[in-house]
This record gives sequence, C-alpha cells and structure tokens, in this order.
Amino acid sequence: MKIEGKQMIWKEYQKEIASDNFFYVRSCVRQNFFPGSEKTFLRIMRDELQKDVFENASHTTCSGIGYHSDIVPIETTMTMIARQFALMTEAGKENFTTSCITSFGLYNEVLETWHHFPDVEERVRQNLLKATGRSFNKPKNISHASDVIFHFRKEIADRGKFTLTDHRTGKPLRVVEHIGCHYSKMFPSKGVGGAEYPYVLAGMIEDWGGEVIDYPERRHCCGFGFRQYLVKANRGYSIACSKKKFESMESYSPDMILTNCPGCPMFLDRWQYAISEMEGKTYGGNGQGIPVLTYEELAGLVLGYNPWDLGLQVHQVPVEPLLDKMGVPYDPGMKFKGANGEDLGMPEAPSYLNFYPETA
Amino acid sequence: MNKPVVIIGGGIAGMEAAACISAKGREVILLEKTGQLGGHLLQWDRLFPTRRKSSEVLRHLEKGMNDGISVHLEAEISGIENNNGVFIVKLSDGREFEGSALLLSTGYSVFDARKKEEYGYGIYDNVITSAELEEFFRNNRQENLLKGIKSKRIGIVHCVGSRDEKVGNLYCSKVCCITGVKQAIEIKELLPESEIYCFYMDLRMFDRHFEEMYYEAQQKWGIHFIRGRMSEAAENADHTLVVKVEDTLTGLPLKMTVDILILLVGFIPSPETARLAGMLGIDSGEDGFLIVEDEHFASNSTSIPGVFISGAVKGPVCIEHTITDARAAALQVLSYLDSEIAKWRNSETVK
Amino acid sequence: MKDFGYSINKDKQIDFDDNNKEVMNKVLRMEPSLQVCIACGSCTATCSAGQFTGFNIRRVHTFLRRGEVRFLKKEIMKCMFCGKCQLVCPRGVNLRNLILALHNSLEINGL
Repeated sequence: MKIEGKQMIWKEYQKEIASDNFFYVRSCVRQNFFPGSEKTFLRIMRDELQKDVFENASHTTCSGIGYHSDIVPIETTMTMIARQFALMTEAGKENFTTSCITSFGLYNEVLETWHHFPDVEERVRQNLLKATGRSFNKPKNISHASDVIFHFRKEIADRGKFTLTDHRTGKPLRVVEHIGCHYSKMFPSKGVGGAEYPYVLAGMIEDWGGEVIDYPERRHCCGFGFRQYLVKANRGYSIACSKKKFESMESYSPDMILTNCPGCPMFLDRWQYAISEMEGKTYGGNGQGIPVLTYEELAGLVLGYNPWDLGLQVHQVPVEPLLDKMGVPYDPGMKFKGANGEDLGMPEAPSYLNFYPETA
Repeated sequence: MNKPVVIIGGGIAGMEAAACISAKGREVILLEKTGQLGGHLLQWDRLFPTRRKSSEVLRHLEKGMNDGISVHLEAEISGIENNNGVFIVKLSDGREFEGSALLLSTGYSVFDARKKEEYGYGIYDNVITSAELEEFFRNNRQENLLKGIKSKRIGIVHCVGSRDEKVGNLYCSKVCCITGVKQAIEIKELLPESEIYCFYMDLRMFDRHFEEMYYEAQQKWGIHFIRGRMSEAAENADHTLVVKVEDTLTGLPLKMTVDILILLVGFIPSPETARLAGMLGIDSGEDGFLIVEDEHFASNSTSIPGVFISGAVKGPVCIEHTITDARAAALQVLSYLDSEIAKWRNSETVK
Repeated sequence: MKDFGYSINKDKQIDFDDNNKEVMNKVLRMEPSLQVCIACGSCTATCSAGQFTGFNIRRVHTFLRRGEVRFLKKEIMKCMFCGKCQLVCPRGVNLRNLILALHNSLEINGL
C-alpha cells in the first residue's frame, strides 16, 4: 500500500472544523449503549482543553431515527431541526456540533436542501414560528464531535498518558477504523478525507501511536440503518452485513475497532455476541472477540481516565485484553459496581465470548 | 501567403501533416514542446489491431521529415498573434516564427487514474494503467511486473475516466476497449496459465479487424469477459486485489480476487491544447475538445481563417485515423494557401 | 446455539474465488465453442422451452462460467434439444452440446 496515494486524497478533502464556542446536541440512544461517551467528550473539551461547549437541556432529537424509518415526514424533521438551530441562535452560538452521525448527515442534508430550495426553508421558518414562536439562524459551521476530537488529536496526544501501542512489545496496535455511513458517504466533501479513504478516525489512530488497518470490506455498511433492524424479522440482513466485515477483517488480527457513529459500535459490538451465540464463531482468537470503542472512549483511555468511568463495562466484547495491551490499569473488582460503590449485580456470561467477572 | 506553414505539436498528426505539406513544396516549421518528435506514439509498444510495433509507424513518420521542414524541439510557446492572416508564434526563449497558416496538432492527455479513488490507483501496489503496461512491454520489464503473482489472475477494467459523470467525462474514449483486448492477448501470450478477466460495460469494437480480434481473444486465448462495471477494488493482506462487480448477465453481485488490476484509461483534453486554443480564440465543446467548422465537410477548419486543427485535439481517435486526418488537414491548408494567393493575385491585377 | 428469532442472511454475492469451477472447466473442454459466446441472448429469445418455462439458456451458460452450478441439473431437464438456439447463434456456439456436456459433467460430479 502506498500511503502517499492516500495522503494525496486526504489533502483534497479538507474541511473547516470550528475550535471553540460549540452548541452541542446529544444523541437519542448513545447514552444507553455507551453511557460514558458523551460525558467523556464534555470532560475532554471543558476540563482538558478549556473550550466552551454549551448544551440546552430542552433540545430534542433531530428525528433522524423517525425520518430514516419512514415514520416522520421530512417537513416535520426539518422543523424539528429548525428548532435546534433556534436554540443555538438563542445561546448566541454559531458552531453546531452533534454527537450522532445520522444527525450530522441529516443536518447537512437539510441545509443542502434549503440551499437549493429556499422556498422550503421559508416554509419551515413559518412552521417553526407558528408552532413555537421561535426563529433561527443557520449555523456557520457544522461538525461532528469526532471531527472536533480529530481537530484536537495532537493536543490529546500531548496530554496523553497512554498510546495505542502494546506496552509489552512496543509495537503499534492494529486498529480497524469504521466510519458511520452518514458521515461522508452522503456528502464526501463534508467528511475529513472524503468518502473512499476517510481520515477522521485514521488521523486519531495515527497520532495516538496506532496502525490503521485497511481490509477489503472496510467500506461496507455495518447494517445498522434503522428500518433493517427495528423490525426483528429484518435483523438477519443487518447482522449479515456486520458478519461480512468481521470475516474480512479477521485475517488481519486487529486489536480493536474504532468507530464514530452511535449505531456502528453498538452493532459491531453486540453482533459479535449474537454471532457467537447463533453460530459459535468468535473473531480475534481464543474467544476474545475484537473490542469496539467509540472515539470518546479511546480518547479517554489515551488520556488515562478510569475505564469504568468511560462506560467500558457495558461492552459485550470484553475490553480487558485491550486494556492489558495498552497498559491501562483497571480495578476488576469495581467493574460491576455503581458510581457510589453499590453492587449492580452480574450479567449472564456469554457461551463463547470471554467474560471477565469481578474478582472480589 | 508566402510564409511557411507553422505546425504546433510534433506528434503523429503534426509529423504526417508536415510531411504532406512539405512534399507539395511548401516550407514547414514544426514546433514540439518536448525533446522528441512522436507524441504519444513513443509510449506504446504494439498497435492494434495487427499488433505491429509502434516503431514501424514512427519510422514512416520520421522518413517524412525532409529538409523542407525545420523542426524545433523544446519549443515552449508564450504567445500567438494573428496579424490579419499572418501568424506570429512567440517562444519563451524569445524566438519568433511567422506563418501564413497555422496547424494545431497538440494532441490529448491521458486520464489520471488517481481521480478514481475507489480503484486504488496510486494506493494499492498492484493497480496499474494500460499506459503503464505498454511502458512495461516497451522496456521489456514484463518479467518484473508478472513475477511473483500467485493465482495468476489478471483483471482489466474498461471505461476508466470515460463515460463517467463523476470525473466529468461523459464521452467514450473509443480506443480503450480494443486496447484492453490487445493487452489481454499480449499478457496471455506471456503467461499461458493465467486467467484474464475483462470487466466491461459495452465492448466497442468499432473498426475493421476489431471484432475478429475480440473473437480471437475468446477462442484462441480463452480471455473471459464479464459484463459489469467495477465498483471498487480493495487490497488483501497479501497485496492481491478484491474486485466487486455486478455480473449483469446473471444479475448478481460478484467478488473475485485478482493479482493485478489494469485500468484502461481514456483520453482527456490536454491543458496545453486548451492554453493554445485560448490564445487563438478556438472554442472547445462541452466535452473539452476543440470545435471544428463542420463535422462532415470542414473537419480540419476552425472559426478562424488560416487556423487548422488535426488529430486528438478534436477528441479520441485511433492512430490510423489520425494519419488520415493529418493528410486531410494538409490538403485543407494547401487549398487555403492557394486561395489566398489567388486573392492576392487578383487584388494585384486590380491594382 | 441460541435462537434470537432471526437467522443470519446468506450472502447472495457470487464468490468467484470459492466457487468450484470443475464443472465449468470440464464443459469448456468438451465444447470449446462456448468460449466465443457474447451472451447476446438470441438463443434464449428463440428457445422453445424458454417460452413456457423459466428456462434461460443464456443464463445457464453464464452461471456455469461463474461456477454457480447447484441448480443447473434441474434447469437443463427443460431443454428438448430442438436446436433452435444453435440455428440463430451469431457466433456459432454449439449450444445443444452445452446441454449434453452439462448433463454429462453434472452427473460425474455428483450434482
């Protein structure tokens, strides 16, 4: 592989990412799947980097889930998004940053629609005014939270206590990176690095000491989608997509998968469990599976935060092997204890994936 | 009208037109920006459909370079002035040439396959272009290219950079399909145990002997053709390439591993042609190639009297037709000069 | 193994690398004129069986060449050997022999 070829493409897809004064909107479901992620993003931005990240507790979903499931009509979606922009305007902010990648894609899609069809934008403004009495300005800059972490990856590396290397051998960790489809497949110019060879996660991995793995099914969707899995009967299609990716990356022996979407890590993590239970197959040798992390979790690990503060205990594929490789210390006894040390009980052990129960 | 004919571009069209014009007694000035005459002919090894060596054609063209043609290599043009029918071509080193007629034959450029990001050219080790393959054959380096490949399966991808809205080229580059068939045969000759797959949308076997070459490729050499445009290539850990294509004739997506992928790159309008055409005031069509006065009856004339064009400046063309076109252009130039002389003579008699 | 109420979808993609190409190679050896087929579809268009059944001889040949041979045995039963396909083929492919060769090699390969 000639890295210079990729670097030429990355140079062509540069986008402007704001550095401060953000209006942050959360994801509908991420805090269920990955409870520590959004909190870690705020901790890194506010405590480590002293940036202003403003949140309004009365912001809503962008309705992307509903829109992509054919439940919410587009005009309703646009009006809900307009309200988000109105809250941003009220806070005096111009830089919009989203936690969810579907949101990111949807906000870009809506702005692009309004750009080509100003009459639609006008109608939405009227809708919002009538429904809530609010009016809005369009954001000057829209970035995804992973863009922002990418933007500050060097600062994070400088403050980092751990790197993406196996501390026992000194070799860089082999990391598979997986972009959410809505990040750059819809609007390649809105993604760092474009759609073919996106750089937003690769840049983080490289600057934090890891090795990026390219494998044949890298571009394939994980199968999340919404419609595909909301109805149980369709889940076979979803899980087959993730399985295709696992089969393709297996021979590269990756140490972990890094993602930037709410759905992708959920799927890539949980489907490994489902596949193991349905077919007895695990990836990553010795029943380890391949740990899947969000970019906030990885940034948190690099910065030396407590893995249990990052929410890594709820991952289906155990992260302990990764922590051991990186040399991140953790207290196995605290894994299933709550924030105040109370006993949360133990989950059921999977049949084939390794499981690391607490040791008292 | 007594000044020489200035020909800009010393490729196939320029050389042949120079030879024809000079053979009729007219003085010719031939300007070439590189250090050699021959243009893209110098890049190819063997020419379709007969697979004759390109050096044979080059030799013929070189034989036409008699004393009546003054050849200037490394000639970089900084400006062209049209002084009421007298053309003054200025070089960047200060030299100037005057001509009573001008022929622009500066040719085309080859599509940069890096623009097709999903094909991995310039990124994956074993993706090359058809132009590079010709270079390998010319320099006898095919052993380097083909040694060490495992399953000996080679993929050839048609329509790279042509018929493609994504890269802004809607036209067909015409000669790539037959090039693919030719190169498939050439590789099979070198590696008889290899399997060669051509991934095509249509097979444009437009000229004499082309269809027969396609037949021969299938019947004698066992080349396989899969109708489906390659969507993406990805690299395996062992540097072989995974190709994803729809096998449209079965209606199913197909995946196969190949050792080497050859991209059949097409023609693009050359930036140098655009620059010089701009100086002269010749317009380009929507496809970026130059516009002629009439496709049927005046296909070497432009909207500017005295300025003629020939060869690939007008669009994708094969070598045989380039030579024919150059001869037609030579005739047009000579007719133009005769009529100009007649006009001048008439005005003299009136005086 | 647990049952979660759904199964993992099978891959519809033709995996050319994994497909068994023995039948294909055997048939091609027995009928080399198949090499020059251009899949124009004239054969299928005129085929008697193709008018009344799902039999598509162009597709049978194309699937054979991709190594997708599992369902071919049942398909070729529909051919009556009328020979109309061969009469109309612009490339001179011996199509009746394709079917005969398929019968032969599918049998031998236990398919």
